[in-house]
Amino acid sequence: MAKQHITFTLNGQAVEALVHPRELLIHVLREQLMQTGAHIGCETSHCGACTIDIDNESVKACTMLAVQADGADILSVEGLAANGELHAVQQAFVDEHGLQCGFCTPGMLLRAYRFLKENPTPTEEDIRWGMSGNLCRCTGYQNIIKAVQTASRTLQAE
Amino acid sequence: MIPGVFDYHAPTTMADAIALLAQYGDEAKVLAGGHSLLPMMKLRFAEPAYLIDLNKINELRGISEANGMVRIGAMTTENQLIASDLLAQKCPLIPEAARLVADPQVRNRGTIGGDIAHGDPGNDHPAVMLAVGASFVLAGPAGERTVAADGFFLGTYWTGLEEGEILKEILVPPVTASTGHGYAKLKRKTGDYATAGAAVQLTLNGDVCDSINIGLTNVGACAIKATEAEDVLRGQVITEALILTAAEKAMAMTDPAEDLRGDVEYKTHMAGEMCRRALRQALARAKGGA
Repeated sequence: MAKQHITFTLNGQAVEALVHPRELLIHVLREQLMQTGAHIGCETSHCGACTIDIDNESVKACTMLAVQADGADILSVEGLAANGELHAVQQAFVDEHGLQCGFCTPGMLLRAYRFLKENPTPTEEDIRWGMSGNLCRCTGYQNIIKAVQTASRTLQAE
Repeated sequence: MIPGVFDYHAPTTMADAIALLAQYGDEAKVLAGGHSLLPMMKLRFAEPAYLIDLNKINELRGISEANGMVRIGAMTTENQLIASDLLAQKCPLIPEAARLVADPQVRNRGTIGGDIAHGDPGNDHPAVMLAVGASFVLAGPAGERTVAADGFFLGTYWTGLEEGEILKEILVPPVTASTGHGYAKLKRKTGDYATAGAAVQLTLNGDVCDSINIGLTNVGACAIKATEAEDVLRGQVITEALILTAAEKAMAMTDPAEDLRGDVEYKTHMAGEMCRRALRQALARAKGGA
C-alpha cells in the first residue's frame, strides 16, 4: 500500500509526513517528528500516556491513524511552555510533586490542560472523573489532583 | 500494537462510502471512532484489507429533532451525547449512560453508532437502545431501511446490519413528563465494561406502569431485552414486591459468559441487582423524583 502525504499543525508549526495508512499517530509523532514526550504505556488504549490535544480535544494518539491527523491542529507536551515559561499545569505538577518517574506526565499534562478548559473550576470528584483516562503507577494520584487544583487556581487568577 | 497492512479511504459522502463498501465487500471495514476496531487490529484479531473512514462525512453527525423523533447521527461522539441539551431533555437515559462509557479521551472519538454496530455484549448503548425504544436507519446500495433496536442484536459481534450497509442514524422517541429512566452498571473500575448492567425506561399513567423497556448489558451473547421482566410490570402499579419478581424473571433470561469479571452465578445475580436498582431509580424519577 502506498504511503500517503499528510500535513498538520504541531505546536503551532506546519509539519508534514509520509506515512503508511497503518502507522499510528503516536509512532509518527515519536519516530518521524522526534516529539518523544508522548509515551506508550499499553496496547489496549487504557493508559493515556500518549494523550495529546487534537482540534481542541484530548485524544489517545495510540488509537488514531496518522493519516487521520491530516489537516489537524495538534498540541503535544513540547508545545505547552511558551517562551521558556512553564504552562500553569506544568508548574503545578512541579510544585505539588505530581510526578515521580515522569512517564505518565506528558499525557497527564495534556489531559489536565484540556480538562481545565472544559471545566475551569472543578471539584475533586470532577478532576478524578475528568482524568480517568490516564493511569499513573507512581503517585497514587493524590498529588496529581492537587496539581490540577493548583493549576485551576493559577489559571483563574490570570 | 502493530496493525496489519490495509488500504485507507476517507470518503466525504455516504454515497461514496456505500460504493466503496460494495466494491471491497467483506474485505473492508468502516472506521468510525476507531476505539474498538483499531484495538482489535492492533492485536491482529481483525485484519481488514480496506478501511473506509467515515469521519469526513458530515451528514453522519449531529443531534436534532424532526417529525416527533430525536435523530442522532451515527458518528456523534460519546462526549457530544453528554453535552447535548436536547438529549438531556428528550432522551436523558442516553447521555446518562454515556457518562459511564470508557473515559474522556475515548469518548472524544468513540461514537454511538460504532458502539451499537460493533455488537459487543460489553458495550452499553445496545441495552440503552432497547430501553429507549430506538430504531436505526441503515443505508446500503439498495437505499435506506429503518429497523427497531429490539431484534437488531443477534449475537456476539453480530447485528441486523446486512453486508454493504452502514448505520446512518439513531431515532429515539422523546420522553414525556411521566417517563423515568435508570442505568445501573456494575464495573470493576471507571472505564471498564460492565460486569452486569441494566437499562430501564418506563412511563406511568397515574400510578400504573403504561409502558416499560428493560435492556441488559453483558450478561448474554448480546444485549438482552428482558421481555419477561417487563411483562411482570406493564399495566401494574409497581411495588417493591413486583420489582423483585421482575428481577428474578430478568435473571432467568441471562446467559452470561464466565471470564475475569466473574462466573455465571455472580453475573446472573448482579444482573438481577442492577435490574432492581435501575427499576427503583426509573420509578422514582417517573413519579417526579430525582
